[in-house]
Order: sequence, then C-alpha cells, then structure tokens
Amino acid sequence: MAFPPTAASSVPTASLELDADVLVIGGGPAGTWAAIAAAARGAKVVLADKGFCGSSGATAPSGTGVWYVPPDPARRAKAMNSRWDLGGRLADPAWMRRVLDRTYDNVNRLAEWGYPFSDDADGRSIRNGLDGPDYMRLMRKRTKAAGVKILDHSPALELLRDDGGAVAGAAGVRRQKADTWLVRANAVVIATGGCAFLSKALGCNVLTGDGLLFAAELGAELSGMEFSTAYAMALEGGSVTKTRFYDWATFTFEDGSPIPGAASKGGRSVIARVLQSRRVFAQLDKADAETEQAMRYAQPNFFLPLDRVGIDPFRQRFPVTLLLEGTVRGTGGLRIVDSTCATTVPGLYAAGDAATRELVCGAFTGGGSHNAAWAMSSGYWAGSAAGEHGRHLRGRNRTVLRAGGVGIADGPGRAIDAAALTRAVQDEVWPYDRNYLRSGERLTDSLGRLDGLWRGARMAQAASLDEAQRTREGVAMLATSRWMYRSALSRTESRGMHKREDFPEKDDSQLHYTTSGGLDEIWIGHERAPSPEVEVLAA
Amino acid sequence: MIEVISEDRCTGCNICVNVCPTNVFAPAAGGIPVIARQDDCQTCFMCEVYCPDDALYVAPHATEITHVTAAELEERDLFGSYRRSIGWIRGGRPRPAPEIMQRLEHR
Repeated sequence: MAFPPTAASSVPTASLELDADVLVIGGGPAGTWAAIAAAARGAKVVLADKGFCGSSGATAPSGTGVWYVPPDPARRAKAMNSRWDLGGRLADPAWMRRVLDRTYDNVNRLAEWGYPFSDDADGRSIRNGLDGPDYMRLMRKRTKAAGVKILDHSPALELLRDDGGAVAGAAGVRRQKADTWLVRANAVVIATGGCAFLSKALGCNVLTGDGLLFAAELGAELSGMEFSTAYAMALEGGSVTKTRFYDWATFTFEDGSPIPGAASKGGRSVIARVLQSRRVFAQLDKADAETEQAMRYAQPNFFLPLDRVGIDPFRQRFPVTLLLEGTVRGTGGLRIVDSTCATTVPGLYAAGDAATRELVCGAFTGGGSHNAAWAMSSGYWAGSAAGEHGRHLRGRNRTVLRAGGVGIADGPGRAIDAAALTRAVQDEVWPYDRNYLRSGERLTDSLGRLDGLWRGARMAQAASLDEAQRTREGVAMLATSRWMYRSALSRTESRGMHKREDFPEKDDSQLHYTTSGGLDEIWIGHERAPSPEVEVLAA
Repeated sequence: MIEVISEDRCTGCNICVNVCPTNVFAPAAGGIPVIARQDDCQTCFMCEVYCPDDALYVAPHATEITHVTAAELEERDLFGSYRRSIGWIRGGRPRPAPEIMQRLEHR
C-alpha cells in the first residue's frame, strides 16, 4: 500500500480522523504531563505515541533522579550552583528557579496520586527519585483518567498546518493496523524526546529526532544542538546505560593495568580515546557490601545484564562501552521563545528532551535529575498553554494542509533506503573521534557527506506505508546530525560537553546560545545568554 | 534482545504485543504471540516487566543472539527475575535501612 502520494500542502485524509483542541506527540513524562495539564484546562486532548505510552522512551525502563529541592533558599541556591560551572554558565537562573518550583509541586502531586515514595530514617518521604516503570505506569493511568484519548503504536510522520503557517495537527501511521491516522488540532505539543541515533542506549530507540524534523518543516528553530555529545557507559554489547554507579569503579586495560585519568565523571573522554583502539574494563571495587546493597535496591536494572551473564561487578572486571545518547542526555532541542514553552510557530509547543534544556542545564548533560525535572515542568507549561490556545481557537473552520517533506512527499528519485540512510548517518555521529572528540576538520568532513545524503534524500519518491516510519526516522536523524555538526562547527571553543580538539579552551566571548534551523540550507544564529555572576545565583 | 517466549508459561494474553515500544511481537491466530521483528528489539526489558506470567526472557546482549533455551532459563530461575528485582510482585520488595541507602549520597 502506498502512502497517499499527495504532494506537500494538499488536503490530507486518513483511515482514522479525529478533531481535538490539543494533540500531544509523544507519551513519555513530558507528553503525559502536557496531556494532563491541557485536559485540566478543559481541552479535548489526543496523545499519539510511536510505541506504547507507559513503556516508550528513556524514562520508562530506567530509574531517574529528580531535581526535587524543597523551597528553602539555602538549599535552592546550592542546587542551582551545583551544575552552574559544569554547564558552562549557559543556564538561565530565572528558568532554573521556576523549574525547581514547578517540579516541587508536580512531584508532590505524584505523591497525592499514589506514587510509592519511601521514607527516610526520620520518616520523611524521599521524593528526589522515581522508578521508571512505576512512574510511567502511573502517568498512563492519570492521562487516561484525565479523559485524554491515547493512540498507541501510532508514529506521527508530519505536522499539518493552516494556510497562515500555524500548526493544525499531525498525521501518521497506525503500524499495528497498517493504516493511517490524522488529528486536526489547534495546538500541538512536540514531546517526542531527543535523538540517540538508534544506538540501543536504554529505551532510546524510539528517540530519533522526529519532532525536531516536523517542527523544522514548519519553520521552528533549534537551540544548543552542539550540546549533543552525551555518551553513556554500558556493559560491552549491552543496552543498560546507567552511568552513576561507575563513580565507584576503577578502569583498567585488558591486562589489568589501570588507565591513567579514566573516570566516569571528569575522565570519560579518556575512556572514549582508549575505546577507539582497545577494550576498557571496569570493576566497582570502591563500593563496600552495604553500598552494594543500596545500589541493588536503587537501580536494579544496572545489575540485570551483569547478573544474567554471570558477572559480579564488585569482585570481577567486566568490559564496558560508551553508547551515544546524543541529544537525549545532551541539552539541545527546539528553541523555546517564552515561559509557555512556545516555539516560533503559532500553536506549536515543545516539551521534555525535544526542547532545548540549556535553560536549566546550560552546556552540560541534562541527564538524570535535571531532565526529569525539565520534562515534568515543561510538559506542564506547554500543555497548559496549548490547552488555552486550542480551546480559544475552537470552532474556527481552518484549512488543513500537509507540512511533511522529505521521505513522504513525492520526488522524481527512487524511494529512500531507510536502513542504508540510518547506517550512513550513524557512521558520522557514533564514532568517538567525530562526535565526542570534535575537530573542525572532521566536522566539515562529516558535513560534506551528510549534506550529500540530504540532497539525495530530498529527491526521493514518497515511502510506502510500510516503510514510512523508518524512512522519516532516517530523515529526522539526518536532519538532526546536520544541525548538530553545523552548530558544533560554529562554536569555536570547548564548553560543557562540547569539546573541540582544535579549540580546547573556553572562550567567554562565546557565552551565547547557538540557534539553528532550516533543512535544505541550514542557518546558524546566536542568542544572548543571561550569564549572571554566581553571587546573583546565590541571592 | 528478546529471545524466548515460554510456551509452557505464556497464556496468549498479547500484553507484550501492546507494550513493546518498538513493536517486536506479533499476535498469532489461535496461538501465543511470536517474535516477529527481533532486530528491532532495543533490549529495554519492558515486555518482561509487564508479562503477568513471567513467560518472556530478554538476553542482555543488544546486538547478538545467544540462543538460550526455555529449559536453561527454568533451571537458572531467570523467568521473572527482573520483575522480582523491581518489586512488581505481590508484597513489593524490601527496602534496605535508610542508613544503608545513604551510602549512595557520599560519592
């Protein structure tokens, strides 16, 4: 069955057509918080997830810290300062404060909803961590209870727009029914996560940058795409990327001799360099028996692969690898233009890892607690604003046009070979010496090939219904890689996670946000960062 | 990757078909579901967590197939082991004393 071979901007149809005030694309933490918040404003809400809302995404199979800090001025100041320098001073203190406030309220609401928080020695509820399976099972339940219609296994392929350029919904496929869906909506929240380039980092293979592509096709802008070099440690050949416990590890070469300078924190690039030619082994030899007991309770999934292959990580050395997490635990994403998490496109909002997290994390990984806090906060704000916007426009009879391009709009060339395209993009973004350890020469070299892939892809005929999802994922990863490397090339310094071998030092004349956008031609711009002094943060 | 659906344990409820985020399983008419797209498995273990009959086994290898058998898994008591470790069983799981959990805060 061919995907309707209509050219972009024609009036779309689908097997399942729905009308809503708000469409949320993505059913992880950001998407579910957005859907619940929009419904609370009286909006009719549809949530479409590529996989299954409740198990999809990086949070569900994992456990995560949450940036939950009680509203005590000294503790809040300490929390804000803790990653300030690490983030290259690009975070925005005003946003940090409001994320701390919002997260505090939202996590307390999780407790009201029955999330099973444990108590500490003094009987106080411990609320700075969430178990992914429990959290996302609860969020699905609350999303349904809020009256939101959930479409599972329904990857979006493109946004819809009206004749003025505002967003008007989205369309996609129902992969378990081999047909199509379409939701006309006056507001859309992009909560599709970041992009990890199908590296099999835990839960990340649904995160292929789809929402970034759709939004850019409507003219949305990105920010901070150079902060996309997150790599997480895992057992060699495995998928469980829980990096925290490697703080207790000693890293060695195969012969058992220590690797000088190697560490999980502050020495991961040393490990990346060694991994280019040799294997790296770890052993959690700095943890005693009680710490082991605490670790097993705190993150059972860390031990799952080790237990299953019969490795005792406290008493045996085991080989490790670094898997690309890209922008999932990087901080780049769709640029947010106001406190409602609006993008530059009317009616279009961004939340969670699909949005830039520079506002709370600056240039350093938002992984763990900050990303979790950002997801629930930005989801709440985007959903609330989308709910208001969508209801306000209710009843208007708008023209609805397709906005999707490469891979689903018809061109004269052959259809895209999605698997080959994906491999070609991975070859440019997976290698440590291209992405983790960057240089202008190698970035330019990669961009030459990536731009060539784009020129080829944009000539392709529309994918068949069966291949449409994979094709668009490949196109989204290709687009994402080009924003990443163009942004990385423009930042001629090392800041936060962005490391340039040819510019190893920080240059404070570049204390700005790098904006980007465009598809055929990628543009790069600068936005001023707030950059206050630490004393201001403490106030 | 997902490697085993135990024919002895599986009741054909098809929950795994629904919860797998990468659509690896397919329902089979009149029988238990099949592993239809093993290459798409991202080794996230969510199907195991949601399986009410502990009938699934995901090997920790994300890129290669180990060819483990249901009989070996029964012998090693591995079916349901992840669900037990996260406490998705009746009675949950015991939390270590708070002073032990504090050990994680100091590094």
